[in-house]
Amino acid sequence: MWTYNKMLQYPINIKCTDPKLAKVIISQYGGPDGELAASLRYLSQRFGMPDQKAKAILNDIGTEELAHLEMVGTIVHQLTKDASIEEIEKAGLSAYYTDHGVDVYPQAAAGFPFNAGVLACKGDPIANLQEDLAADKKDFECTLAKKL
Amino acid sequence: MSIEENRNCGCNCMCNEEEHTVDCDMRREMIQEIRCLEFGITELALYLDTHPEDEKALCLHRKYCKQLKDLKDKYQKVYGPLTINYPCNKWRWLEEPWPWERGNY
Repeated sequence: MWTYNKMLQYPINIKCTDPKLAKVIISQYGGPDGELAASLRYLSQRFGMPDQKAKAILNDIGTEELAHLEMVGTIVHQLTKDASIEEIEKAGLSAYYTDHGVDVYPQAAAGFPFNAGVLACKGDPIANLQEDLAADKKDFECTLAKKL
Repeated sequence: MSIEENRNCGCNCMCNEEEHTVDCDMRREMIQEIRCLEFGITELALYLDTHPEDEKALCLHRKYCKQLKDLKDKYQKVYGPLTINYPCNKWRWLEEPWPWERGNY
């Protein structure tokens, strides 16, 4: 089970509304290399993991990813919460707004909803750990792309 | 005004400017320290998962846990609960802003 800590892992205080940026960042929430996928990947792989150390680390990283998910959700929320309808339209978010309003929906930048197909749980510890290494690398590349 | 009396002080508080600033600074400092300790503990735990015999890391983990417990007790007494495990005479879980609306906190 989990206990909620009423704080962010790192404080987020965005003062400028920027729905265009939110449209891209939302991929880190519910996209193929996002935090939701990361968390579910590790937490789902825990059950079949035979090694004590690996079980613990899948559990604890999967938990930490949820804290990351909350931070990314906060970024998207703060970037969009004061946006006018005109700004939303200009950022290409009218379709998003029609379906989700002011909620933060787990979706990729291209608009498709979160899909568990982006993660693998093979029931084979080595295959799973390889998948985790690849996922971590993709996550890193994704972060780099956003810095550019 | 003591911090206890000023317990609802947030960014939209009603107390005067000077007290607001002092208390908000103190609060920000405390929550920042809590956050640092939480992060340190999380990362140490991840390290200890694969290096459980490392005495130095274990000792640091113990130290941070103790500091975190003391600081969290102190913070929650004044500013309200950070988890639902904190006992209250009055349900204060609803009073403070949520992390996504909290700004610097």
